[in-house]
Amino acid sequence: MPENKNSSFQHRQSAHCESGVVAALLTHHGLPMSEPMAFGLSGALAFAYIPLIKMAGMPLIAYRMPPGHIIRGVQKNVGVRMTRRTFRDPARGLRELERELDAGRAVGLQTCVYWLPYFPEQMRFHFNAHNLIAYGREDNDYLVSDPIFEYTSRCSREAMQKARFAKGALAAKGLMYYPTQLPLEIDYARAIRKAIRANFRTMNQAPLPIIGIRGIRHLARSIVKLSKSKNAAQLPLYLAHIVRMQEEIGTGGAGFRFIYASFLQESAKLLDNALLAEASSALTDAGDEWRLFALQASKMCRNRKPMDVEELSSILNRCADREAGTWQLLRKL
Amino acid sequence: MKKDAVPQEIAVTYGGQRKLLYAVDERGEYGGVHSAGWEVETTATLAAVTELNRLRDDAWQRARAGETSALEYHMYRRRMEPATLAAATGLWRWRIRRHFNPARFSRLAPRLLRRYAQVLDLSPAELQQLPTRPDID
Repeated sequence: MPENKNSSFQHRQSAHCESGVVAALLTHHGLPMSEPMAFGLSGALAFAYIPLIKMAGMPLIAYRMPPGHIIRGVQKNVGVRMTRRTFRDPARGLRELERELDAGRAVGLQTCVYWLPYFPEQMRFHFNAHNLIAYGREDNDYLVSDPIFEYTSRCSREAMQKARFAKGALAAKGLMYYPTQLPLEIDYARAIRKAIRANFRTMNQAPLPIIGIRGIRHLARSIVKLSKSKNAAQLPLYLAHIVRMQEEIGTGGAGFRFIYASFLQESAKLLDNALLAEASSALTDAGDEWRLFALQASKMCRNRKPMDVEELSSILNRCADREAGTWQLLRKL
Repeated sequence: MKKDAVPQEIAVTYGGQRKLLYAVDERGEYGGVHSAGWEVETTATLAAVTELNRLRDDAWQRARAGETSALEYHMYRRRMEPATLAAATGLWRWRIRRHFNPARFSRLAPRLLRRYAQVLDLSPAELQQLPTRPDID
């Protein structure tokens, strides 16, 4: 058994798995970066309400860009070079992973949450795009730094194989990645502006009315529509689904709005730019509105308050208004 | 969200862990804050888990009554539904639904049985059996 040369790896807890893994890997390899900065520089904020794509019978609701966007985003916008490998043969995927670990390298892996034994039982769902870092091995276990948890964990070889090679939507195919080349310095003024402009387009100029700010208003209407349809009995489960997507899946609170507001604040300081600071606090207000939505929806589902779809829908429209205001500020950047 | 407003309502779903949220201090400075849980989120998670358990228990009852095969039970037991199982096995959904027929499932080709067993992390023998209780995991 090779000794673990990677004991220098520093675990760092994050809110979200992909931005957490990317920020931790870059930091580990010598380019210090906060999680919000990795999230913001890759332009990962979004909103999408896609009734056509179902997850366990519920429409897809996403508050960020699809999995893989942050890994690609830091490559494109920050000038980091990454090696990304997938494997058709799981046995080969295992050998290559262990070769990297034995060489003392910390690597990012894409996995399916359900098969990771260290996840709490009630958080184990079939979601194929969970990112984590493996930084060594001991006996039959991999040493795992899963950014959404406080402490490092261990995962057996067999469980990791299942998690890396689970098939289905967003299948990881054993994806393993690590940075191979880092920029000498980052031109923050350019990278931040570019990332915010790209994010402006996502939120304001998407070709479909179900993406961006219009998507939020679409979601607001969908609640009212469901309450008047023959499936009205599904309303509580539907609201619970929205709240889960917004709060549970490693979003840092309010569907990534607080992470992005933190990125805007960090950028404001780096560039000494008051407009960015103003936008940060405007987006924080939008995030607070999202939290209010979750709170009210939850109360109504638990019969602590009479169900009032008009109220829920108007809170969501206020979220949309506040986000629109934030992006009007950022437009002037 | 203000740091002192970050909920600390211990969540059974976190299994004793805390998660990280971003919140502002009294000067408006952002930073990571640990949260032991938020009742709003916990209820939503538990609603999803309860629904999955209900589907599992229901399939177990029907399998015991001979109205469906053990496959449907084991699928829900692994927190999958037909769409997820179809994607994971690479089989068509209608084909999977045919295998919910107990008679057909009992004479399923060993090759197909192994395919299901592998995806569901069970042995073929386990897959064909119905445990004495639905909630054995």
